[in-house]
Amino acid sequence: MRRAGLALFALVVAVAVGAPWLAPNDPERAFSNLLYAPPTPVHAGAGGLYIHPQRLVSRLERRFEQDTARRAPLQWLTNGRLVSVDESQGGPLLVLGADVFGRDTFSRLIFGARTSLALAVLATAGALILGALVGGVAGYAGGRVDELLSRFSEFVLVLPAIYVALALRAVMPLVLPAETVFVALTVIFALLGWPIVARGVRAIVASERDRDYAAAALAAGAGPVRTLVLHLLPAAWSYLTVQATLLLPAFILAEATLSYVGLGFPDTVPTWGTMLQDAANVSLVAEAPWMLAPAAAIFIFVLAVNLTVQSTGRAPVQLEP
Amino acid sequence: MIRFLARRLLFALVLVVAVSSAALFLTRLAPGDVTSQLGPFASPQEIARVRAQYGLDRPAAGQWAAWVGRAVRFEFGDSFLYNRPVRGLVGRAAANTAVLAVVALTLATLIGIPLGVFTGSRSGVAATLVRAASLVCISIPPLLTSLLLVFVASRTRWFPTGGMTSVQALDVQWSAWIADVAAHLPLPALALALPIAATFERLQAQSMSDALHQPFLLAAIARGVSARDLIVRHAWPVSVRPICAVYGIAIGALLSGSFVVEYVTAWPGLGRLMFEALRARDIYLVAGCAATGGLFLAFGSLVGDLLLAAADPRAREAQAA
Repeated sequence: MRRAGLALFALVVAVAVGAPWLAPNDPERAFSNLLYAPPTPVHAGAGGLYIHPQRLVSRLERRFEQDTARRAPLQWLTNGRLVSVDESQGGPLLVLGADVFGRDTFSRLIFGARTSLALAVLATAGALILGALVGGVAGYAGGRVDELLSRFSEFVLVLPAIYVALALRAVMPLVLPAETVFVALTVIFALLGWPIVARGVRAIVASERDRDYAAAALAAGAGPVRTLVLHLLPAAWSYLTVQATLLLPAFILAEATLSYVGLGFPDTVPTWGTMLQDAANVSLVAEAPWMLAPAAAIFIFVLAVNLTVQSTGRAPVQLEP
Repeated sequence: MIRFLARRLLFALVLVVAVSSAALFLTRLAPGDVTSQLGPFASPQEIARVRAQYGLDRPAAGQWAAWVGRAVRFEFGDSFLYNRPVRGLVGRAAANTAVLAVVALTLATLIGIPLGVFTGSRSGVAATLVRAASLVCISIPPLLTSLLLVFVASRTRWFPTGGMTSVQALDVQWSAWIADVAAHLPLPALALALPIAATFERLQAQSMSDALHQPFLLAAIARGVSARDLIVRHAWPVSVRPICAVYGIAIGALLSGSFVVEYVTAWPGLGRLMFEALRARDIYLVAGCAATGGLFLAFGSLVGDLLLAAADPRAREAQAA
């Protein structure tokens, strides 16, 4: 189970990293005759794999027909892409169909994975560092500092995170460039994620501080900062890895939620959240179920992380949206 | 016990005041205010008049003091967006959210705990299947569950796809109105309940199997207690503690999750209202929603503590002290 989870996780990360190479089409390219075109089935025959070109039959009914008379062969390793179909031959290859602008859903999905994952990873790192610092200081200092920091982190902890994220994002101008959104969301998520990390780190550091090795470090002339960072915090390492596996999916979801309701990335940037907006249109999804692809991607990622955690003996707790 | 309740009340008060004040200041800081709704051709005099009418011309501290002064008399000001008193708007939305939350929590409890007792005390194909199903459910957050359920509902027409009532049900009899609401409830309630039910199942299964390995259970077996009594009367009361501990969190999570579900399924609850208010910079409505949400949270953590006290005599003593 743990291995399956790790493998799935590695697969998602690899696909995201290799997106420019794996994507059959440019994610921004709009095929004007292929709005909501269904996935192109791949056939095997003499001369390797091929597809039949798709032709628009009725724009009003969004009806497409496969031109079975023609065969467009799959090209491997051309133009810096793993697999694609040349447009002059009858492409494009649409693995997961096309969206409202006739853009390739699969290519957008794996390019979107880059933004969504990078955001989640950076925010997780931020939350872990912030939490380790606050928790470490609280646990090491004890007394009034501990009391103050612990009360504060408990207070942030009880707030429903998604509302705080909404409120913080909503006070910024509604339309922002993608880079600004990326930075803003990373900071907001890190600021919301640290308290749970801090609470655990505080407990660990507070109990480790009284151990002999810490006293030895202090006696050997190490200052409090050195003792805390180099000697005490490493004891919290395994706790931090577990927290990372809880924060990653939470942040993926937070991005998806915010972008879905229109407070995240602008619609033009492919992320799992902005792509999910298309899934909101009920009548459309009934006709074009491949619009649910980002939902499947999120599910696979969260499942991969949960499988990894599950077999370490801890019950995964999913209590945030 | 009285000291415990007093401390809880103080916590609730601090939470409500802090959350609503923070919401007020944040919205005040945001670029734009109600006068952006007047359009680009409003004269400066007009803008100044509207600002004065809503107290936006005063410094933030003065506005806050005036708001708190009225809020303690349960006067939360007027909503710009709806042009009505905030109290009535928030009251109705809070009632709708509460209905959804209570139904979802009841569903989650009724599904999750018996299944957890089952998988925690038994092994075999059925238990493995339940375990796998709950791992899948944990990995589908309410955002995806509600999208999927809306998709299923639109295909099968088993449920209405959104809203709380189908017609403007003002002139129908109250029994017909209740039936109508009940038809709209299952979809959002299930979307909220499934991940929480799965979390309960995992926690209950883990603590059940822990409890079954305790020495006192061996003693009970030796006394000849039947298998059913062993689980229901001896092991379960001990194993339910972790569930009680997350009940308070689950209520906060329901509030968070309900924003997403209310948004997707168009349930007219507190989350949707807060979202609309934030986007429109409707400052008093935001503060009113935040205050109500804070009350819900405080109530949730109180319920969690009381359940914990009921389940664990040690916690009762700690609280009384």
